[in-house]
Amino acid sequence: MLISVLVISVLGVAFGFGLGWAALRFRVESDPVVERIDDLLPQTQCGQCGFPGCRPYAEAISREEADINQCPPGGDAGIRALADLLGREPKPLNPENGEEKSKTVVLIDESRCIGCTLCIQACPVDAIVGAAKLMHTVIASECTGCDLCLPPCPVDCIDIVAAETRPPRWQRPRPQIILDGA
Amino acid sequence: MSMSQQVELAKQAGERTHHFHGGLRLRHHKKISCGDPVRQPPLPELLAVPLLQHVGDIAEPLVSVGDAVLKGQQIGQCQPCAAVHSPVSGIVVAIQERPMSHPSGQPGPCVLIKPDGTEQWAELDRFNDWLDASPDSLMAHMQRCGLAGLGGAVFPTHAKVRDGHNRRTHTLILNGVECEPYISCDEMLMREQPDKIILGARILRRALGAERVIIAIEDQMGAVQKALTSCAEFANSENISVIEVPTIYPEGGERQLVQSLTGLEVPLGGRPSDLGMVCQNVATAAAVAEAVTKGKPLIDRYVTVTGNGVSHPRNFRALFGTPVSHLVEQCGGYTDDVARLVIGGPMMGYPLSSDDAPVVKASNCILALTHKDIADPQPEMPCIRCGECARVCPAMLLPQQLQLFIRNELWDPVQTHGLSACIECGCCDYVCPSHIPLVEWFRFGKGELRKRTLESEAAELARKRFENREARLSRLKQERAEKMARRKQLLKDKAMQQDRIRASIERAEKKGRTKLPTQNSGAPDDT
Repeated sequence: MLISVLVISVLGVAFGFGLGWAALRFRVESDPVVERIDDLLPQTQCGQCGFPGCRPYAEAISREEADINQCPPGGDAGIRALADLLGREPKPLNPENGEEKSKTVVLIDESRCIGCTLCIQACPVDAIVGAAKLMHTVIASECTGCDLCLPPCPVDCIDIVAAETRPPRWQRPRPQIILDGA
Repeated sequence: MSMSQQVELAKQAGERTHHFHGGLRLRHHKKISCGDPVRQPPLPELLAVPLLQHVGDIAEPLVSVGDAVLKGQQIGQCQPCAAVHSPVSGIVVAIQERPMSHPSGQPGPCVLIKPDGTEQWAELDRFNDWLDASPDSLMAHMQRCGLAGLGGAVFPTHAKVRDGHNRRTHTLILNGVECEPYISCDEMLMREQPDKIILGARILRRALGAERVIIAIEDQMGAVQKALTSCAEFANSENISVIEVPTIYPEGGERQLVQSLTGLEVPLGGRPSDLGMVCQNVATAAAVAEAVTKGKPLIDRYVTVTGNGVSHPRNFRALFGTPVSHLVEQCGGYTDDVARLVIGGPMMGYPLSSDDAPVVKASNCILALTHKDIADPQPEMPCIRCGECARVCPAMLLPQQLQLFIRNELWDPVQTHGLSACIECGCCDYVCPSHIPLVEWFRFGKGELRKRTLESEAAELARKRFENREARLSRLKQERAEKMARRKQLLKDKAMQQDRIRASIERAEKKGRTKLPTQNSGAPDDT
C-alpha cells in the first residue's frame, strides 16, 4: 500500500516537473489559431469588419468577440473557410459590414493631385508613393483595393477602377450550362 | 525506378515504339489542303502585329506612330520573353487596340504597319559559322530573333533551350507529329524544306549540348520520311534519326510523344528535360536555321487555311499581322454555308469572332467549318459514370471526377486529382455521351487555381507590408515618445539649472549686498 502510494506520488512529481519544463521550453509566443484565421483572411486591411486590419479581426474571432461573417472582401468563400476551420455553421455576410464586390484598385488622377500626403498616411499597405507637394501615385500591384485612401483626399482625385482582366490577366469564365430546349 | 535510371532508359528512345494511354483515332481531313505547293500571299494593305504573342507580359513597343520601319526591324521588346519584329518595310500608322487572335476574343495592343512595297530588310546580324558559336551566343541570338515554339504553345525557344542546356539534355526530339485533323502546315514544311529542318536540328543540338536528334513523324506522312532521311544523309550528320510513330490523337503532345518514344512518363509538374529530352516543333527548327544562318527574325510562318468553309484550301507562308480575311480571299473566299472560323484544329482550337484578326506566332491553322461540320449545341445531360472519358484520357486522369470537383469548387481534391496534368486535348469531350463540356470546365478550373495562387501571393505580400508598416508606425511612435521624454527631461534639467542659476544669483546678490558697502568705500565714486 505504502509503496504504491509512494510510486504514484513520485511519478506525479516527476511528470509535473516534466510538464512544467516542457511548458517553458516549448512555449508558443502567439496563439496558433490566430495565425490560421489570419491566413484565411484576404489581407485587404480595409477595416470593414470594424477592426483596424485583418490580424486584429483574427484575434477578435479567436477571442470570440467578433463573428465570422464580417469580412466583405473574403466573401462567402472566406466565411465558409472560416466556418470549416472553427467548426461553426457558415452564415451569410453581415450586410452592416458591406457587400462582396469584385476586386478593384485605385488610381490617382495625377493632374488633380495636390501632394497633400493624406492618402499616403491612410494606406494600410504603403502602396502609395509620393512626397509633400509632389505628385502621388499608386503602385497598382500592391494595392489591395481597401479604398481607405478615398475619404481623406481633399480634392477627390482618387478613382476606383476594376482590376486588369484583359490578356494576359484574362480569366476564363465559368462554363454556361446549356439546358434542354434553350 | 530512380530518375537516373529513367534518364538512362530515355537514352534508348526510339528503338521501339511504345504506346501512351487512351487517345483517339480521328479522320484526317489533311489531304484537302496538301494538294498545292505553299505560296506566299501578296502583301495585305495593312498589317496589325499584336504586341502579345507569347506567354508572359505585353511587349513594350519600340516604335511610335509615323516611324518608318524596315522588314525584320525589332518593334517590341519584352525582357523574359521573345522580341517582336516588323514583318514588312513600311510606316507605322497606329498603335491601338485591335482584335488579336486570342482565346478571350478580346482586343489587345497592336502595331499597325502600312507596307511600302519595297520589302527593304533591316540590317541583320548572322553567324558566319555557327559551328564555332557558343551555346550561350546561340541562345541570345534566338531571343533577339523572337523565336518561339511554333507548335501552338509559343513558349520562347531560348528559354526552353536554356533549361535543356542546364539540365544535360541527351536527346533533342523534333516534333513533326501533327496529330490534329485538318492541320497540314508542318507536313508541308517537312516536304518542302527538309534541309532547313535538318540544319535547325543540328544548331539546336549544338545549343543544347545534346548527342542525338530524333525527328518524330506520323506513319501516314508518306514521302516525308524519305525527304528528311536523305537530307540528313546529305548533311553527313550522324545521330539524326527519323522515326515514325502511330497516328493516334494526341500523339503530338510533348508528353505523349516522349512516352511513345521511350515508354517513360514525364513526371507530373515536370518537363521532358527531367528525362534529359527537349521537344521542339519542326517549324521552330526551320526558323532557328533561318535565324542563325541568315539572321532572319521570326516574321512569318506556315499557316493552313482549310475546312469545307473555304473554296480552295491550301497552305501559305504568311507574315505575322496578315488579316485572316486576306488569306481566306487568297483561297478563293468562303463557301456559301460557312458557319464558324476556328484558329487551330477542331479539337483544341478556339473560335474566332472576326476575320480581322491577324496571323500570329501561335496560329498554325485557320479552319472554316460549315453548318454540316459542327453539331448543334446539345443539351448537357447528367454524368452517367460510363468511364469513357477516363478510357481515352492520354494523361490518365479521371475527367468525370475532376469535373464534379471543379463544378463544386472543391479545389484541394482538384489539385490532388492532377488537373495540372490535363493537356486540354479534348478527347474526353469527344466521347462524352452526356455532352458535358469537360475541357471547358478544366480550362476554367486551371484559371481558378492560377487566380487563387496569385491571390494568396498578393495576400501574403499585403500582410507583410501591413506588418512592416505597423512595425514602422510603432517604432516612430516610440521614437517620438522617447524624444518627448528627453526634451521634457532637458526642460526639467533646464528649469533646475535656471533654479540653480537663480539661486546662485540670489546668493551672490545677498553676498554682494553685504559686501557692496565695503567695495564702494574703497573705489572712487563715478557719480
